[in-house]
Amino acid sequence: MSTTTHDSVTRDATQFYCTEEPHPENGTLLGFWIYLMSDCFIFASLFACYAVLGTRYAAGPSPRDLFDLPMLALNTALLLLSSVTFGFAMLEMARDRRGPTLAWLAVAGAFAAGFVALEIHEFARMIAAGAGPDRSAFLSSFFTLVGTHGLHVTVGIVWLVTLMTQIARHGLNETNRRRLNCLSMFWHFLDLIWVGVFSFVYLVGVLR
Amino acid sequence: MTPHRSAWLHFLLGRLTLSAIPYDNPIILWTFVVVATLGAAVLGAITYHRLWGYLWREWFTSIDHKRIGIMYLVLAIVMLLRGFADAVMMRTQQAIAFGSHLGYLPPHHYDQIFTAHGSIMIFFVAMPLIVGLMNYVMPMQIGARDVAFPFLNNFSFWMTVAGAVLFMLSLFIGDFARTGWLGYPPVSELRQSPGVGVDYYIWGLQIAGVGTLLSGINMVVTILKMRAPGMTLMRMPVFTWAALCSNALIVAAFPILTAALALLALDRYAGTHFFTSSLGGNVMMYINLIWIWGHPEVYILILPMFGVYSEVVATFSGKRLFGYSSMVYATVAIMILSYLVWLHHFFTMGSGADVNSFFALTTMIISIPTGVKIFNWLFTMYRGRVRYDVPMLWTIGFLFTFTIGGMTGVMLSVAPADFMLHNSLFVVAHFHNVIIGGVVFGAFAAINYWFPKAFGFRLDPFWGKVSFWFWLVGYWVAFTPLYVLGLMGVTRRLSHFTDPRLQIWFQIAAVGSGLIFLGILAFLVQIYVSIRRREALRDATGDPWNGRTLEWSTSSPPPAYNFAFTPLVHDRDAWTDMKRRGFVRPTSGFRPIHMPKNTSAGVVLGALSLCCGFGLVWHIAWLAVAAFVGIVAVAIANSFDYHRDHHIPAEEVDRVEREYRRRLAAPASTP
Repeated sequence: MSTTTHDSVTRDATQFYCTEEPHPENGTLLGFWIYLMSDCFIFASLFACYAVLGTRYAAGPSPRDLFDLPMLALNTALLLLSSVTFGFAMLEMARDRRGPTLAWLAVAGAFAAGFVALEIHEFARMIAAGAGPDRSAFLSSFFTLVGTHGLHVTVGIVWLVTLMTQIARHGLNETNRRRLNCLSMFWHFLDLIWVGVFSFVYLVGVLR
Repeated sequence: MTPHRSAWLHFLLGRLTLSAIPYDNPIILWTFVVVATLGAAVLGAITYHRLWGYLWREWFTSIDHKRIGIMYLVLAIVMLLRGFADAVMMRTQQAIAFGSHLGYLPPHHYDQIFTAHGSIMIFFVAMPLIVGLMNYVMPMQIGARDVAFPFLNNFSFWMTVAGAVLFMLSLFIGDFARTGWLGYPPVSELRQSPGVGVDYYIWGLQIAGVGTLLSGINMVVTILKMRAPGMTLMRMPVFTWAALCSNALIVAAFPILTAALALLALDRYAGTHFFTSSLGGNVMMYINLIWIWGHPEVYILILPMFGVYSEVVATFSGKRLFGYSSMVYATVAIMILSYLVWLHHFFTMGSGADVNSFFALTTMIISIPTGVKIFNWLFTMYRGRVRYDVPMLWTIGFLFTFTIGGMTGVMLSVAPADFMLHNSLFVVAHFHNVIIGGVVFGAFAAINYWFPKAFGFRLDPFWGKVSFWFWLVGYWVAFTPLYVLGLMGVTRRLSHFTDPRLQIWFQIAAVGSGLIFLGILAFLVQIYVSIRRREALRDATGDPWNGRTLEWSTSSPPPAYNFAFTPLVHDRDAWTDMKRRGFVRPTSGFRPIHMPKNTSAGVVLGALSLCCGFGLVWHIAWLAVAAFVGIVAVAIANSFDYHRDHHIPAEEVDRVEREYRRRLAAPASTP
């Protein structure tokens, strides 16, 4: 809607209604962006908890005993590659090519699935070693922060599969494009959170 | 739980046993009998009048923001009766439980009552009130046909209902939290509260919280994206401005509540140590998080009501609002400051003089924009032709009551004074002073103000005035004694006292709660009488108060599409501008109007969430898992529906508009 033109044209006009139906732009992307910001507050709370509780080892293991940096490098690489390939899918969408879009989405999904699998593996290893979330406040906040991120990625994968089915069935129509844009924001948002987790939890953890 | 329960029964029912039904408690038993009888009567009447189909099609599955707004308000009024029953029980208990007389409520029951009273009044009375009002009024004020995400709106409502139902279930199946309305650990931890009470509290709030957050996002996008052409931000009605700030706070604050409660749930379900007293947990982490949500929450509640008072004062003074820009800036300033004061709820944490001074100062600073608002309202009335209709009475009652509540708030913001007053009845008196005097009075002003818009007839003014005076006097009689007791050092949440000199004050407070009861009763009578006298109270114009904003430019009740043509805005108080410059209703050229279709997905998702919450509370794993899978499946299936809208044909619009013009032309039938 172009408020400025109306302002200048109709300052003392007696036209009080639009004879042409104005088409307000779709608010989904803005709404989804605001949702992501609210999600950011959840992560902020979890980061704050980790900041306060992250050194409360309760005579249990500390990050230095637990974190496996080479594994973490692989994990991070998988997630970043997933983001890049999702970007390729978006480029293909812009070119209106359904097949390549779906193919890149599948690759992005596979990388993300690999990330989640590695994370589950890491969690299982820690729990088997007696360093589960109930061991100390440090481990509670670690598992919750990293696990919440992993849960988000998992939800993203379910959403991705759903959306791929819908694109395969209905093509790259306006609704599906909008949804793919939202998922893309979600995907990159999780990357951003992971950068925080990576530096703040893992790197600071082993340096401490 | 009996040790002999078979594994199968345990799988089927979790920790739910017959002993969870409190049939040995006469108070709850009688409550159940009354609720069941009333419920059966209502359900029977609906069945008898064959209204189920109508309710389902026209209301439960409706995505019309007006219908959803009204349903929110109905929910709020029903829950107000529950929350107020709790209040009366507390007042009577404290008035009699002195010395050897222990009263009629054992401590474990009394503790549940004050917890339920607080959490129900905030989450299921005050929140539905403001969300319902914003839902009903805001889209029409900005000249829109609906909110940005109509389905999400319906879904949000049913999630709120699911949370409220879970709270109500705790009354009859199992028990409720004994922790106080914010569920402070360590008392809310598994070790001190092993029962289901805290779990009911957590899951009820988590489910309702999803609804609140989504509704917040929805309204922010609606206000930012769907304003009529010409309505710049600084031309928005003040109520819409207040709604924008309030919903921005919802988006920024509710996730923190979600996180805090989720961490508490993990402590209780997964054995983590966030807030436990052992293995490194930190109780104050919870208390900080919950108040980082909790303090913005009180502004989430009051800001929309500030908007209501602004609309009412301008309309009933027959003047444009004094200091519109300062009102907007004050609202925004309060929105920002509300995020920087949370620690004043626990100065006694002992975080040192520097930290306490910072939070004391930010708290005191909030009184400046609030004072700006009070003066703006007073100056709007100054030299106005003030009409003392019921909404205006509530507004004047608010100005008087809220200002005093604000001043006791400034007293509490002085950290050294707070060390004396912390956790005392002075605090209880203060926040009831601002919440009743601000939010409740505002809700009644708003209901009296916008009721004719929603239903086409005004509320009976006589019973409205009766209700107002009982509430106003009742409030002061009920809570002034608590200020006195608080200054004497009496702490809150006690079910029994030993010092007989205190008793008279509690007896006076009990009388006050009786007066408030009459105020609520008068409100219900007001609605009943108004429905009976609806022909005499009928308003054909759609603009009974000589209103100033766009919602008064359409018929009452408004058509599903709100406006046949989207309004074009040239000024603040767009409808006053239109009336002054000779607006003529269009008689031709109507077009088909694009509207979203009704959907049952919101009801289904709400019901499944309720099942999931119930399963989680009682550790019935299969129910929780099945319901959760159901939620995901329904949500995914729903996303495969690409045909979510329809057109209202131009002929239908023409017919509705012609009918409205006919009513406008007919001679007024008001007595």
